Amino acid sequence: MKVKETAIPGNHNLMPDDRTGKSALSRVDGRLKVTGKAKYSAEYNVKDLVYGVMVGSSVTKGTIKSIDTKKAENAPGVLSVLTYLNAPKIPGYQADNPSPKGPLKIFYNNQVYFNGQPIALVVADTFERALFASTLVTATYDTEAHQTNLLTNLDKGVSTRREDKDFVKGQANAWQSAPVKVDAEYIIPTEVHNPMELHAIIARWDAGDKVSVYTKTQGVKSSQRSIAQAFKLPPDNVQVTAPFVGGAFGSALRTWPHEIAAVLASKVVGKPVKLVLSRADMFTSVGYRPFTWQKVSLGAGADGKLTGITHEATGQSSVYEDFTEGVVNISQLMYACPNINTRYRLVSLNVNTPTPMRGPGEATGAFALESAMDELSYALNIDPIELRMRNYAETDPSNNKPYSSKFLAEAYKIGAEKIGWTERSQKPGTILQNGWHIGYGMAAGMFGAHRSSSTVTAKMQADGTLVLQTAVTDIGPGTGTAMASVATGVMDIPADKIKIVLGDSSLPPSPTQGGSQIAATVGSAVHDACTELKEKFKSMAGNTDPADYIKILKQQGLDHLEVTTTSKSGPEQGKYSMYSWSVHFMRVLVHPATGVVKIDKAISVADAGQILSPKTARSQMIGGTIMGIGMALMEEAVIDHRYGRLVNNNFADYHVPVQADIPQVEAYFVNKADNILNPIGAKGMGEIATIGVAAAVANAVYNATGKRVRELPITPDKLL
Amino acid sequence: MEDERAHILPEADSGTSENSRRNFLKQSTLLTAIALTPATAVKAAEAHVDEKIAGAFEKMPVKLEVNGINHSLSVEPRATLLDILREQLDLTGTKKGCDHGQCGACTVHVDGRRVNSCLTLGVMVNGKKITTIEGLAKGDELHPMQEAFIKHDGFQCGYCTPGQIMSAVACIREGHANSEMEIREYMSGNICRCGAYPNIVNAIQEVKEGGFKV
Ligand code: FES
Ligand code: FES
Repeated sequence: MKVKETAIPGNHNLMPDDRTGKSALSRVDGRLKVTGKAKYSAEYNVKDLVYGVMVGSSVTKGTIKSIDTKKAENAPGVLSVLTYLNAPKIPGYQADNPSPKGPLKIFYNNQVYFNGQPIALVVADTFERALFASTLVTATYDTEAHQTNLLTNLDKGVSTRREDKDFVKGQANAWQSAPVKVDAEYIIPTEVHNPMELHAIIARWDAGDKVSVYTKTQGVKSSQRSIAQAFKLPPDNVQVTAPFVGGAFGSALRTWPHEIAAVLASKVVGKPVKLVLSRADMFTSVGYRPFTWQKVSLGAGADGKLTGITHEATGQSSVYEDFTEGVVNISQLMYACPNINTRYRLVSLNVNTPTPMRGPGEATGAFALESAMDELSYALNIDPIELRMRNYAETDPSNNKPYSSKFLAEAYKIGAEKIGWTERSQKPGTILQNGWHIGYGMAAGMFGAHRSSSTVTAKMQADGTLVLQTAVTDIGPGTGTAMASVATGVMDIPADKIKIVLGDSSLPPSPTQGGSQIAATVGSAVHDACTELKEKFKSMAGNTDPADYIKILKQQGLDHLEVTTTSKSGPEQGKYSMYSWSVHFMRVLVHPATGVVKIDKAISVADAGQILSPKTARSQMIGGTIMGIGMALMEEAVIDHRYGRLVNNNFADYHVPVQADIPQVEAYFVNKADNILNPIGAKGMGEIATIGVAAAVANAVYNATGKRVRELPITPDKLL
Repeated sequence: MEDERAHILPEADSGTSENSRRNFLKQSTLLTAIALTPATAVKAAEAHVDEKIAGAFEKMPVKLEVNGINHSLSVEPRATLLDILREQLDLTGTKKGCDHGQCGACTVHVDGRRVNSCLTLGVMVNGKKITTIEGLAKGDELHPMQEAFIKHDGFQCGYCTPGQIMSAVACIREGHANSEMEIREYMSGNICRCGAYPNIVNAIQEVKEGGFKV
């Protein structure tokens, strides 16, 4: 993939690469993306393709009494209508593990657990015909009373996992006896990932039980395993291809029932089946950030030192599967405080199972903790940054281990300067300009800096092209570009001589893209593979500088030279606490008469270690901030609890940020290498880009108006 | 017990039949139109057997010029321009993000104007000139807007990108790119969930200020 740097004259400078001083690498797949040639999962021209459309349950809890598929079957072009009555048994569903809870089994029995649960799949020769025929499927149900409202079911919360047992350090509820206290409840509604690409799969079942799929996934290897497991096939029989993924943010971390249904359908009809979820399906089929109730209580001395933190949270999951996330963990980890206790509970409701959404748990928890810290700063009349510095953790508060690196204080400094923090008034609601209240707010975020195992093949070809291969996917952050950036550094060749091959289950294994670990994991493997390859060239060239790879290959009579290297973390894991850190600063305008909130300026600063690819990293950070702004101001999936059904399952009613909502968001990096975590010094960034943003907005709104909104999103009605 | 429609789409016909068009065919043939309809088709319609023949009656001829190439197609009246481009012409650069005119991923130019191709039936653009993202570059030479998107990193996953670029070109042509604020307003029909908005605005401003012919 050749990237041509443009010669467009203009005043928008590229961000210089801090390491080299050269302008930063453009996205290696940019040309394919701007010309429409990048192919996403629904876009492969497969012969004899037929189309599937899902039919969802119209009731929320109960059993299917009857399904009438006859009209649909008789409609033009229809090949099959699958339901629990006629679908072949999926071998992996049959009970070798009769655990009562687990992923939704599609077409398994007549049970309905949530509204929109797939009850039929119509397959026809064209999309139009499948869609029409899907409207002809009718069902009758025996309904039962459903529960979809977390707030009226908080008392049903249970602890479901050992990891979620109550945490106590020092004394529980110590905040109660502190001279200065904050004790408040916070609510976040259900938020839906809604990547722009609809989840889609093309599945083909071939003779000899070979399955090939193009599917939207964050991990081709895990999709391969899941499909193989469902159909009891050897993993090698399943080929998963996903070189381009149109965003996911967590929604493609696992294999979903519609994917299994498409594979099953292709076996039944003997043709490849394309199944593209509708936008409405996206709200009930591929997870979401769960509605969560929280209570944070802080106690501090007059000097601003925290004496007690208590954080409770209750989240929701489906009745068929538990999904928990680290909502309260951030309170155990963020501030130096002698007394901390947390508790996390889960309520099972008649909804589909949530799934991690960007900054899972932590983004939810940070909204509460960082809002409460802001409330405490006003109660103490101490600047919010100063309050955070007085409680700055120099070692991990949960286990006293040293950090592999932490430059959050530097990030505070950079952000404060960039937003113009000195313009802020400590007294809320006091700045009015041109008829708008102006307010400043900030909040911090943190997320574990992980590194797992990755295998990369680095192959130098006779024409001097370096091919890097691994099974990781690139859902948008610029994984391929970061890989190229690392490789140019080690091999000392230009990026346009590097070919990146990703997103294919037959390639050497890499982890699923998620949890902000890929840059550190795959980047390190690229580093190690290239270093090894270079050494090989070096020894061939008699230990001279191996720069002329083409010449050496020629001399040796080779048409290529390759190495395959597996790279993973070592003993450093146990000795250090490893985190990425961020801080977000907001300047907001609030209109007094209408309650409209406008983001006037947004600054995000990250300590994400060494930045591998400055241009794409900056975009990733900005994008995460914008997703956080959506969480703060507009995103809310609303269920009408009388029917248990979503009322805003489309982009007209479920609002995500659009151009008019977003100013010039600025992103900055401390850009200091974490040399303990891995050889390239990189830490993750995907999650911390969003974690803390919602609190920063809420804190700025309070600073502007004196109104504390503890229930997201901050819509105008809450400010009037 | 409930008897409910099991899907989000509105019912096409609240009467007894699933397909009013074929019912019409059947009734009209039985009344006055026998002379106009081949006898075999009448039988087929009456007997509800050969849906293929009935289906053939439902297709209409459409001529489209897409990226300078003429296509004579036979399409169902309910087929959207988006699905015709993606499923029949294999022009998958135009994206489907919602199918309801709410996201802009499917933006193409019809006779030079930007439209949501998911809200446009193929039969509505008979005889018109369509430009999709695949038709924007001149061979290997990218359109200035495509160059600017690469330079400013106006995307991450790239899925909204074709729609953004087609919209951005039209935004300048319409004269709606005179300030950052104006660009934001007139680009608000194109959602980018990756949040590339500031970079997109910068790319458009640069093309506008550079005075490039778009
Ligand atoms: S697909 Fe046409 S506007 Fe969304
Ligand atoms: S680049 Fe991913 S949606 Fe815009």
